[in-house]
Amino acid sequence: MANRIEAALKPGVRDAQGERIKREIEHFLHLEVEEVRTLDVYTLDTALSGEELELAASGPFSDPVIQVWSIDRPLAAGFDFAVEVGFRPGVTDNVGRTAREAVAYLTGRACAEGDGVYYSVQYLLKGHLSAADVEKIATGLLCNTLIQRYSILSAADFAAKGGFPLAVPKVSGETKVEVREIDLEVSDDELMRISKDGVLALTLDEMQIIQAHYRDSKILVERKKFGLGAKPTDVELECLAQTWSEHCKHKIFAGTVQYEDENGNKQEIKSLFKSFIQRTTKDVRERMGDKDFCLSVFKDNAGVIKFNEKHSLVFKVETHNSPSALDPYGGALTGIVGVNRDPFGTGQGAKLIFNTDVFCFADPFYAKPLPSRLLHPRRIYEGVVEGVEHGGNKSGIPTVNGSLVFDERYAGKPLVFCGTAGMMPAVVNGQPGHDKYIKPGDIIVMTGGRIGKDGIHGATFSSEELNENSPVTAVQIGDPITQKRMFDFLIRARDKGLYRFITDNGAGGLSSSIGEMAGECGGCRMDLAKAPLKYPGLNPWEILISEAQERMSLAVPPEQIDEFLAMAVRFGVEATVLGEFTDNGVFHMLYGEKTVAWLPMEFMHEGLPPMQLPAKWTPPHNHEPLLEEKGDYTADLKQLLSALNICSKESVVRRYDHEVQGGSVVKPFSGVANDGPSDAAVVRPILESFEGVVTAHGICPRYSDIDTYHMTANAVDEALRNYVAVGGSLDLVAGLDNFCWCDPVQSEKTPDGAYKMAQLVRSNQALYDVCMEYNLPLISGKDSMKNDFYDGTTKISIPPTLLFSVIGKMDDARKAVTMDVKRPGDIVYLLGKTADELGGSEYLALSGAVGNKIPKVDAAKAYKRYQAYHAAVNQGVVASCHDLSDGGLAVAAAESAFAGGYGMDLDLSRVLWKGDDAGRSDCTLLFSESASRHLVTVHPEKREQFEAIMSGNCFASIGVVTEGQKLSVIGLSGASAVAADLAELKEAWQQTLREL
Amino acid sequence: MKQTRAIVITGNGTNCEMEAAHACRLGGFDETVIAHIAEILSGEIRLDDFHFLNLTGGFLDGDDLGSAKAQANRLKNAVVAGTDEKLVDQFTRFIASGKLILGVCNGFQLMVKMGMLPGFDGNYLHQTVTLTHNDCGRFQDRWTYLKVDADSPSIFTRGIDRGIYLPVRHGEGKFLCDSAATLERIETGHLAVMRYSDAGYTEQTMEFPANPNGSTNAIAALCDTTGRLMGLMPHPEAFVHYTQHPRWTREDLPEDGDGLILYKNAAEYAKKNLI
Repeated sequence: MANRIEAALKPGVRDAQGERIKREIEHFLHLEVEEVRTLDVYTLDTALSGEELELAASGPFSDPVIQVWSIDRPLAAGFDFAVEVGFRPGVTDNVGRTAREAVAYLTGRACAEGDGVYYSVQYLLKGHLSAADVEKIATGLLCNTLIQRYSILSAADFAAKGGFPLAVPKVSGETKVEVREIDLEVSDDELMRISKDGVLALTLDEMQIIQAHYRDSKILVERKKFGLGAKPTDVELECLAQTWSEHCKHKIFAGTVQYEDENGNKQEIKSLFKSFIQRTTKDVRERMGDKDFCLSVFKDNAGVIKFNEKHSLVFKVETHNSPSALDPYGGALTGIVGVNRDPFGTGQGAKLIFNTDVFCFADPFYAKPLPSRLLHPRRIYEGVVEGVEHGGNKSGIPTVNGSLVFDERYAGKPLVFCGTAGMMPAVVNGQPGHDKYIKPGDIIVMTGGRIGKDGIHGATFSSEELNENSPVTAVQIGDPITQKRMFDFLIRARDKGLYRFITDNGAGGLSSSIGEMAGECGGCRMDLAKAPLKYPGLNPWEILISEAQERMSLAVPPEQIDEFLAMAVRFGVEATVLGEFTDNGVFHMLYGEKTVAWLPMEFMHEGLPPMQLPAKWTPPHNHEPLLEEKGDYTADLKQLLSALNICSKESVVRRYDHEVQGGSVVKPFSGVANDGPSDAAVVRPILESFEGVVTAHGICPRYSDIDTYHMTANAVDEALRNYVAVGGSLDLVAGLDNFCWCDPVQSEKTPDGAYKMAQLVRSNQALYDVCMEYNLPLISGKDSMKNDFYDGTTKISIPPTLLFSVIGKMDDARKAVTMDVKRPGDIVYLLGKTADELGGSEYLALSGAVGNKIPKVDAAKAYKRYQAYHAAVNQGVVASCHDLSDGGLAVAAAESAFAGGYGMDLDLSRVLWKGDDAGRSDCTLLFSESASRHLVTVHPEKREQFEAIMSGNCFASIGVVTEGQKLSVIGLSGASAVAADLAELKEAWQQTLREL
Repeated sequence: MKQTRAIVITGNGTNCEMEAAHACRLGGFDETVIAHIAEILSGEIRLDDFHFLNLTGGFLDGDDLGSAKAQANRLKNAVVAGTDEKLVDQFTRFIASGKLILGVCNGFQLMVKMGMLPGFDGNYLHQTVTLTHNDCGRFQDRWTYLKVDADSPSIFTRGIDRGIYLPVRHGEGKFLCDSAATLERIETGHLAVMRYSDAGYTEQTMEFPANPNGSTNAIAALCDTTGRLMGLMPHPEAFVHYTQHPRWTREDLPEDGDGLILYKNAAEYAKKNLI
């Protein structure tokens, strides 16, 4: 018999959550509500006695200081409508899970298998609302119907029915286990139907390759020995679909591209990944010689570089775009806790030291109609921000760096980039920490969460465009605490040498993790019936490909297995033996005694021929706006400071713990009032040492509307100049590339595929060219190639987006430099030249224009200047430094001034100019986004020293820091071009997103 | 050889164990151990062997039943393996033997929800105050000025002149009492060790963001009448060196951060009184 325990705040206790919901209803749905109050509801499907129920209600389930509780009796009173929201059956319910565990501690008895506690929230709404209004509140704000269920009762119905009926959201499914065989001896149309209906995302070519495999007589003979026929089982087909998905296989980056440039020059590129990304690293490493610091690149879950003799640094950035479009909270939460497992599952395992996040959204104030199935950008913003907040904060990993980027086209798919860095001992138990291997006979162990239907087809689903029928099961909800417990256990097991190999279960689930591990030693044999399940009724193929979260896969030597499993029990972590690794060349899956999949490793991993991809570059010609000379640009500057891409993101950043672990040196905010925007982050991962890790990023998708070559060059440069600004060393810095593209494969749905593919080629070309100049090896990365929305009529493709992240070192973090001006009288220098490069700028975007004069990176000159600047930092002569990016000099000067609390007098005639004088104007000098520039302040006593260090580079003194609270810029004519109080500028910068 | 020994408990979502242990070492403890709760429940590590217990920051059990609720329930009910002893007995024995406990953030939440603070009349297992959702409805990471009550019995804050500057990082830090009488006893006993204040540490404040959560009487820290048990929402372990200060690149600061004094005082007290 099930029971309901409710806990309600006592009268007079402020309901902060309810107040927040009320504000959101008003802001977001434009409905007036008098009051919202919330109630916690626990539905217990357990065999507790009446006395035990009372102990639970008065103990762990309520706070006696502020709450009252009841059992099987509604507490709600004084409302007009009640809405109760809980999870759908089978969806991860973290509170329910913790509640169930609390009951077990309380009673001293383990909960019986199948017993459950389920959490819901009751919202009590007061106000003049219609039933339709409440429906709108429920579905538009309180409940994501994809993963949650809700019911609504008016006060009258509530009274008549005695509250909400008792409902147990337990998964009730068939427990019959079934393995189907699929007949591939069918027409091509039928093959495609099988692929499409099954969300396999396999192309006709791929289906035909599979068909041919099952016609091979040698294969059939072998299959017969294991009781398998000539048709693939569903387990095999699903496994191949995961392994061959764009998400796991990166077919576009591995494909053969026929590229034609604007002059008709043709070139065949065999694998963009090998030709550009891998080659960059190889060539840079060769050039570095014995100064090479790369330890493990591209082969593991994350890249590894040397930090010092005793420690290595690990870094990975991932995206989680498609799930975040459907369930922003769950998708983003899974994104962050998912990327945590990458460095953790690299080498023999790493301790996680920081997170980074970059989100790309459409305007949260978007007021036009959207295609059905797309959530409003504001809701995506709220959900993603909160999901990453919970994932990062609860895991105890500081979020040290990130940004928010806005463009209307991200309404089609938001981009959610999550990065995590880790640190591992250089040597673990006598072996390099970044190395690992498997011996045949090692035992396959899965640890962490259990397997459910969550995340089934995540890998294949994200390999297609988002459409109206995107599957519900593709969404997972992360559980940071289960993962944290597992990490606490595994890091100790690592130090005791209890396992040989570790990797994470992400996209494709076990099929991918065990499939890749089996590749290390040449085979595996695994019994899917042994896998721990959240609820009965999963078929073997579902067990194999489920992307249920918080799981790691390990290879444990047989002689260590007992100790490993015993330790797992002590730490409250589930660990299950699933089979063993072999060297017989076969990926062999059983369900009990019965073979359900038998796939030669070679076919799984090498069976796919490269894709053939046409690419043709035709430079776009955008309208070139005529810029009228205005005289005074103060109003433009304020407008820019308020623009979504430039304004303060403090309301979001303060929700992320950026200081946990105690190593914070340069925080997201700098300056006299702790609110100026820092360029990069510096942390000390080893508290006894002053060696710092520096991280920064660059992202400028607007430039893709002109040329992705320069978009990429600018992104790489932006990352490095941010990194350099705070004091990062150029001797030890590495890059990570994350490509988020719209589908570049020419097809009926994508008639401009050849252009988008050419954009991808050009981006890769720039990546190589610029990283070579900057000595930047690429150590890891990821691509997400299907960021489109298509519902049959409307297609929304995101702008080609590259996030470029850097990680490196500064020998002494006490030399770090922040962006706020420090003292009146300090000299203001601008490093680098400015050109007529307003193309793709935030300034032109104010009037809806793009233009064509894209900023071009002169990497060779910039590199030399960055080195000189770094020497100045090391000698302690730099007071402040801020990078110039969106909004150019004017925005950077305003930010540095108001962050530092001192004014600035600047003279545009002293700014160094590059190129034709015709374009030199106050407007271009103020707002041009020319690359590789820094705004630096130096104390007058250090002037000579600074200028001596910088000599031979392009830099100019352009003004002075002043006591007065004003930014004053003199234009080329000698008249004032900008004159504004710092307070006004700061207010313009802070107001836009303050209330979100 | 007698040594001062500090223990930092971790596991189930505790996050600040590394920096808390670092602060204990800097503060002068001869030995500091980070103990996973599993190692305590298995009997491998016993609280009796330590002088200073750190319940530090994190998200025990994900704040799932309200912050620290699930851990309070676990500590009260779990049994140490191979014994009849409940874990909570180790805690009460630790308190009774005159030792020190510091709860920071999630650890403070745990202390109040177990009833260890304010611990009136020697009853350390009866809850009378709580820490709940910030008035702003959101998690906040920001630095706060904390005015210290010089008349408080807390042994941790001895020697602090007017106040200290520390970061808060919490979603549930609003301090509330079950009754006016409880608040009255806290106030008259000078048990409210720290309050959110202005930058000069002169006036306590209820204004956001200086007071980040809306706590009653701006209370940020609480101790018991012996002064040996203290909890606070701000993070002293997050400011033990000047480079952790948000404005260290523009202000002249001493080498030690403001938070270190709490650990120095604890080590000093342990040395004089507990060994």
